[in-house]
Amino acid sequence: MSAYRDKDPLIHGIQSKIRVVPNFPKPGIMFQDITTLLLDPKAFKDTIDLFVERYKGKNISVVAGIEARGFIFGPPIALEIGAKFVPLRKPKKLPGKVISEEYILEYGKDCLEMHVGAVEPGERALVVDDLIATGGTLCAAMQLLERVGAEVVECACVIELPDLKGRERLNGKPLYVLVESR
Amino acid sequence: MSSPDEQDPRISKISSAIRVIPNFPKPGIMFQDITTLLLDTKAFRDTIDLFVERYRGKDISVVAGIEARGFIFGPPIALAIGAKFVPMRKPNKLPGEVISEEYSLEYGTDKIEMHVGAVQAGERSLIIDDLIATGGTLCAAIRLLERVGVHVVECACVIELPELKGRERLGDKPLFVLWPSLKGLFGLHYCFTIDLIATIGEKTRQPLRQQVLK
Repeated sequence: MSAYRDKDPLIHGIQSKIRVVPNFPKPGIMFQDITTLLLDPKAFKDTIDLFVERYKGKNISVVAGIEARGFIFGPPIALEIGAKFVPLRKPKKLPGKVISEEYILEYGKDCLEMHVGAVEPGERALVVDDLIATGGTLCAAMQLLERVGAEVVECACVIELPDLKGRERLNGKPLYVLVESR
Repeated sequence: MSSPDEQDPRISKISSAIRVIPNFPKPGIMFQDITTLLLDTKAFRDTIDLFVERYRGKDISVVAGIEARGFIFGPPIALAIGAKFVPMRKPNKLPGEVISEEYSLEYGTDKIEMHVGAVQAGERSLIIDDLIATGGTLCAAIRLLERVGVHVVECACVIELPELKGRERLGDKPLFVLWPSLKGLFGLHYCFTIDLIATIGEKTRQPLRQQVLK
């Protein structure tokens, strides 16, 4: 589900702060830039508050954030709902023992890693990123958490690009977004 | 004062939540891993609170965070003090117009970038990262902000590696760190530094021994 359908005035405020940058990182891509949202303290706070309202008191003990823009939204949510923050990173960034999950890109593959021992079996987790496009990275993130026995309650993103059908790729796992961009 | 009151009881919990990983990313380096701090909800909360208590009400309108671990600590601080958050990123990550600052590494150079227009001349800013080592990245971040007329009030990190003299490299720019506190230099929690000295002492850095023991 998406908050956008509720036509919340906060959502309109948030959406108006997101900047679209054409032809980045390559021609034909309309890049959804959330950095302009971060420059507006009220809109940034509203963004976090909308997620916190949804997840507070739901017995969620893990917020996993995807490098690097998931690191911006995940920790404030984790702090407010009393959950730990678990960074999910590109290869070789996390020190010590990790588990890895490979995933397919348009051309080639990439890999996401999580620390061994960061999450216990049975914990209830969110996965947070700024945006869902094809859903490949979010899928890999969910796989990592499920492999260690955590329950992924929901994936949460600021923006969805519905035309790229990422929601369908999540294998029935719920997705919550604030803004849809077509 | 460059680190908090030695008596603050929150500090020892924070420092004990930080994990030291030997020989990462390469042999001889004792890596300070803050991810274990993030798993301790109270210690993470306390970390943010210690920074917020220091910077709230000081008319700071910008918190700049250095990719990627600065992205974890910067936004909660920015949100709590009512400042904007400005990510400082590796090359080619930020879309649109950017300004870049190059800095030296042990071998070669690297670059960080900031969006044009993210900050205005005259704004007061913090720079946040998880750790200061040699200070190269923080210096580059300071230069980026000063080039556009911003006043960098202070650099703030969770951890300092004092033997790498990053603080001196910042010159007259103040640095605030949570760990080590002055008390910690002589306490049990600092035993990892003894390992560090033992590891790299052989590499002719004899003055280090004197620095820590003074």
